[in-house]
Amino acid sequence: MTLKLQPNFHEPGKRYVRAFTPGDDFYEALIETHRGLDDEQSAMVNARLILLLANHVGDIAVLREAMRIARAGV
Amino acid sequence: MLRTYDYPKYEYRQPPELSGGGTRKHPVVVVGAGPVGLTAAIDLAQTGVSVVVLDDDDTVSVGSRGVCYAKRTLEILDRIGVGDACVARGVSWNVGRTFFRGAEVYEFKLLSQPDHKRPGMINLQQYYLEEYQVRRALQLANLDLRFRNKVTATAPRDDGVALEVETPDGRYTLQADWLIVADGARSSIRRMLNLEVEGKVFTDRFLIADVLMKADYPTERWFWFDPPFHPGQSVLLHRQADNVWRIDFQLGWQADPETERKPENVLPRIQAMLGADRKFELEWVSVYTFQCRRMAKFRHGRVLFAGDAAHQVSPFGARGANSGIQDADNLCWKLKLVMDGLAPDALLDTYDEERSFAADENILNSTRSTDFITPKSRTSTILRNAVLGLARDHGFARTLVNSGRLSVPSFLTESRLNTPDVAAFGCDLVPGAPMDDAPVEEEGKHGWLLDRVGNRFMALVFVDDPGAVGPAEARAMVALAEAPVPVEAALVSPRGGAGPQGLRVWRDSAGRYAERYDARAGTTYLIRPDQHVAARWRAFDAQSVRAALARAIGNSE
Repeated sequence: MTLKLQPNFHEPGKRYVRAFTPGDDFYEALIETHRGLDDEQSAMVNARLILLLANHVGDIAVLREAMRIARAGV
Repeated sequence: MLRTYDYPKYEYRQPPELSGGGTRKHPVVVVGAGPVGLTAAIDLAQTGVSVVVLDDDDTVSVGSRGVCYAKRTLEILDRIGVGDACVARGVSWNVGRTFFRGAEVYEFKLLSQPDHKRPGMINLQQYYLEEYQVRRALQLANLDLRFRNKVTATAPRDDGVALEVETPDGRYTLQADWLIVADGARSSIRRMLNLEVEGKVFTDRFLIADVLMKADYPTERWFWFDPPFHPGQSVLLHRQADNVWRIDFQLGWQADPETERKPENVLPRIQAMLGADRKFELEWVSVYTFQCRRMAKFRHGRVLFAGDAAHQVSPFGARGANSGIQDADNLCWKLKLVMDGLAPDALLDTYDEERSFAADENILNSTRSTDFITPKSRTSTILRNAVLGLARDHGFARTLVNSGRLSVPSFLTESRLNTPDVAAFGCDLVPGAPMDDAPVEEEGKHGWLLDRVGNRFMALVFVDDPGAVGPAEARAMVALAEAPVPVEAALVSPRGGAGPQGLRVWRDSAGRYAERYDARAGTTYLIRPDQHVAARWRAFDAQSVRAALARAIGNSE
């Protein structure tokens, strides 16, 4: 598997008329996850989220590639 | 101020109620001569309904206000006879660019498909749109446009509405069977009736300026996140007609509106953005804040709310005027059928259902845009900037960049007026969808599909060869027009030629109809007067069309 960098958001059973909708659905859910938290709590939520998603991906080569891209330019 | 536009001053005339002309009951009164009220009034008057429009002012909108008119709106404006004037004066554009700090990160095209009559969007100052609509309204003998007529009281009853109206000559009472309320976000009628609007107020302020300048920038929408000339905030640049450019600066909630709109504060902001050498003149400036909210119900008996009076959105996405004009488009044919006794009163409930559904979609999208553009916490800002930072190199992040999801019509997929599909189709024109345009040729003349539909129900039947349609089938198609609510049938075909029994034939000259409607021989679409799909089948069957028509006018069950 290689790291997917093209749009890949979707939800089972949903049909989208506008290409931006699935990404916007995700982004809203992400922002909502942080609602009401202070900065430290939010940083903790983000860290936990990364760990959960990393385990879901599993493939460490893919994760290394994601980490490399995330780090570059910061 | 406003060196490029002379405001028309419309004449006040003494209303008949004050000059001894009596107090007859009017079928429809519209309050508000803005883009939404005038669309409704013209649409109804064109179908033979007598309409009175009341407006407390005597000119058009001050300042450019709504500037982006979407393709769907232009199609509706075509239907009411002002599309050409708007497109001729407006600036068409298709490309939007997004910048983050100093660099461009993302470019989008509004309409990637060829062969549509109208562009994805035009920019046009709202006063031009209103001026063209007033001009059109004045051509209609059954449209009585009354300037400087201010409604001061509203009394709804079971069989109509009584209005108290104030004029320079004094007060009078006006009786209406139906009242359309299109008097804007601060609707005075809504307040008189003690009706609430609920939703979210955004704690941010924006400065909008209309600037007159000669610039060779391309005709595109440019949006900056955190630009060097306005750090930490967003800026939007849009070209309008007459070399007028709209610039929108995010100011933050702390900004003082009175201070910010002073020229000595506005001018340096603009100069910093345009560069020290650029000469420009300020035409109009305003500071605003906004809300995303709507009324719980758009219909209250015989009072029907439309446009900003019914629902408000943030300006990102141009979903205000565009959705209001679509309200009128949705309402008028229903109201006409109910007034004529051809459809049950409940058809008007579907105005509320369908346009509430659309309003929720507009509110959702404009709220998401606002949350992206003006993040409200440190974490939201970091996430937003992470998206922008990844967007230049990675496609997935580009789709997350949200500088406004520009107005597109709602697919009314949940409407009870739709007849569900019974066959498979490979396109998005599901029941409830707004129609897609396509070039068609009729009697050898080039034209457009959307110019040929609307204002009545139509059944579009795709055939390989118009000459090969059998007499019985042709007769069944023609007979659809003989009902109390007529359905006009037309043949769409890759081949031209004459249709049997006087049926119109539209040649699918570029093959776009077949492609966009996934049409093959027999494919039949039932189209509503507002150019939305009501039903579709893989074969023509008059009985199915009649059943779908009954459902589309609220007569099912």
